[in-house]
Amino acid sequence: MSTFLNLMVYGLADGAILALAALGFVLIYKATSVINFAQGEFLLVGAYMFYTAFVVLQLPLVLAVVFGVVIATLIGVLVERLILRPMVGENPISIIMVTIGLSIFLRSVVQMFYGTRPQSQPAVLPTGSVNVLGATIPVNRLWVLLIAAVVLTAFTVFFRRSRHGIAMRAVADDQQAAMTMGISVRRIFAMAWALAAVSALIAGILLGDIYAVDQNIAAFGLLVFPVVILGGLDSVPGTIVGGLTIGLLKQFTSGYLDPGLATVIPYVVLVLILLVRPYGIFGETRIERV
Amino acid sequence: MSTTPVTGTSGAAATAAPGGSLLTLNNVEVIYDDVILVLRGLSLAVPEGKIVALLGSNGAGKSTTLKAVSGLLPSEHGEVTDGSVVFDGQDITRMDAAERVKQGMSLCMEGRHVFEHLSVAENLVAGAYTQKDSGEDLDVVYEFFPKLADMRNRVAGYLSGGEQQMLAIGRALMAKPKLLMLDEPSLGLAPLLVQEIFGYIKRLNTERGLTVLVIEQNARRALEVADHGYIMEQGRIVLEGPAAEMRENPDVKEFYLGLGEEGGRKSYRDVKHYKRRKRWL
Ligand SMILES: Nc1ncnc2c1ncn2[C@@H]1O[C@H](COP(=O)(O)OP(=O)(O)OP(=O)(O)O)[C@@H](O)[C@H]1O
Ligand SMILES: [Mg+2]
Repeated sequence: MSTFLNLMVYGLADGAILALAALGFVLIYKATSVINFAQGEFLLVGAYMFYTAFVVLQLPLVLAVVFGVVIATLIGVLVERLILRPMVGENPISIIMVTIGLSIFLRSVVQMFYGTRPQSQPAVLPTGSVNVLGATIPVNRLWVLLIAAVVLTAFTVFFRRSRHGIAMRAVADDQQAAMTMGISVRRIFAMAWALAAVSALIAGILLGDIYAVDQNIAAFGLLVFPVVILGGLDSVPGTIVGGLTIGLLKQFTSGYLDPGLATVIPYVVLVLILLVRPYGIFGETRIERV
Repeated sequence: MSTTPVTGTSGAAATAAPGGSLLTLNNVEVIYDDVILVLRGLSLAVPEGKIVALLGSNGAGKSTTLKAVSGLLPSEHGEVTDGSVVFDGQDITRMDAAERVKQGMSLCMEGRHVFEHLSVAENLVAGAYTQKDSGEDLDVVYEFFPKLADMRNRVAGYLSGGEQQMLAIGRALMAKPKLLMLDEPSLGLAPLLVQEIFGYIKRLNTERGLTVLVIEQNARRALEVADHGYIMEQGRIVLEGPAAEMRENPDVKEFYLGLGEEGGRKSYRDVKHYKRRKRWL
């Protein structure tokens, strides 16, 4: 029982971070139809940006986060402006290639500045543990859950209530019609990339804190693919369900079966889902009227 | 205002007094993909406070005309290569689409194009994107289209065609336009609904002084509500005049026959067109 509880909390925490990472991916796909293979590297860059601000520049925590958000926004906007906008109208495979190129570029830049060894960063989230039903639960995982829940809620409210959030969904639905409403599609694209980078930054900071600030963050970020295939490429609620499912599955496999199998299992799920339900569980249905 | 009788010329822009014209197209030429010439020197004027109907058969370039006015051509690899579009005294030929909406024009695209996955209310909020505060306007639109108020939380994609058309018009109104452009608002609607939609268009014009430019296949219906009519063919205006005169003029009814003689082309294609056009009038 205690192992079960433990694995569950670890799994939920991983899953919550995955949901954040996948949210960025889904945002970009929904608004701009680009499949962003660099999402994992966005997490990596986010984690190192925060490390730079917090450890290297020794900024206070809040300022370090703000610094990270500003840089992430900038990176998102620049990537859209300099790399994706010139590609508008090109075929999807070329665009995927470009995002793969971007992922390699971002990873190399991080390596160039910080090498491949893990960076030591003081714990940001409260450490220690609590006892729940005989299980020792690390407090930082609970914080991860809380922060991810707050951020995901904030994003959801943004999409449901705010003018810009609704405009983003409008662009995702029908670009030309959105243009006739005076919505600048370019600005919305830039916004989608910026928001994706910011959600990746938060995921990256959390990952860096509970694991380590190293290149593995990008590998963890690669898990967004099983997550979005499971949840649906264009579904925001799907990222949460998909993220938590993959997170739990990984931890339970690792705890009860075999840690080696745990790294493969998300991709087994990916293949299975592709065979059974190619649009994911929550993928948006195309509304067709007759 | 223009009192030009029905003529076969395309001197539309010249006939409207410049001061009273909210929208003017001067010899506009539009090319798609650098090679497909669709508008060949089209001129028309929409006087302030009037309803103008732009009629023509399939492929004449009606939708292209509205796209040129609203700045949507670049998104379709189209370009205004000659002539000018003047709105409210300002040359907007090269203006960004979003900026044009801010200047006071709204377009209801052909096929309604509601945001399918958004609710009715969210569609309207999206329509008010250029406005700072949209709360009051929402109520105005709901008052005008009581049906929309009843289904404000429904997903737009599942509304009926008529409801979607009302939503599309309501959404366009949220931008507080001076000029409302409608591309075939009756498309695919039952006759009773067509009548209802045109009733709304007329009311928008008389009650709120909205200037309207409407494209229609349903020429009779459009000329009933319009003040002025234009008929275009192959990228040009071939006929224009006050709606009342156009309605009565036998030339208008025979218009397509007349054109066949003018062009001197009597191909199979023309015959096919003729059949389609006859249904059209
Ligand atoms: N994006 C485009 N690229 C190339 N050609 C186009 C494009 N859009 C329209 N055309 C061509 O321009 C011509 C006019 O099209 P347009 O849609 O303006 O006609 P329309 O008068 O609105 O017709 P309908 O009554 O069928 O809606 C057609 O021959 C069409 O094939
Ligand atoms: Mg058309």
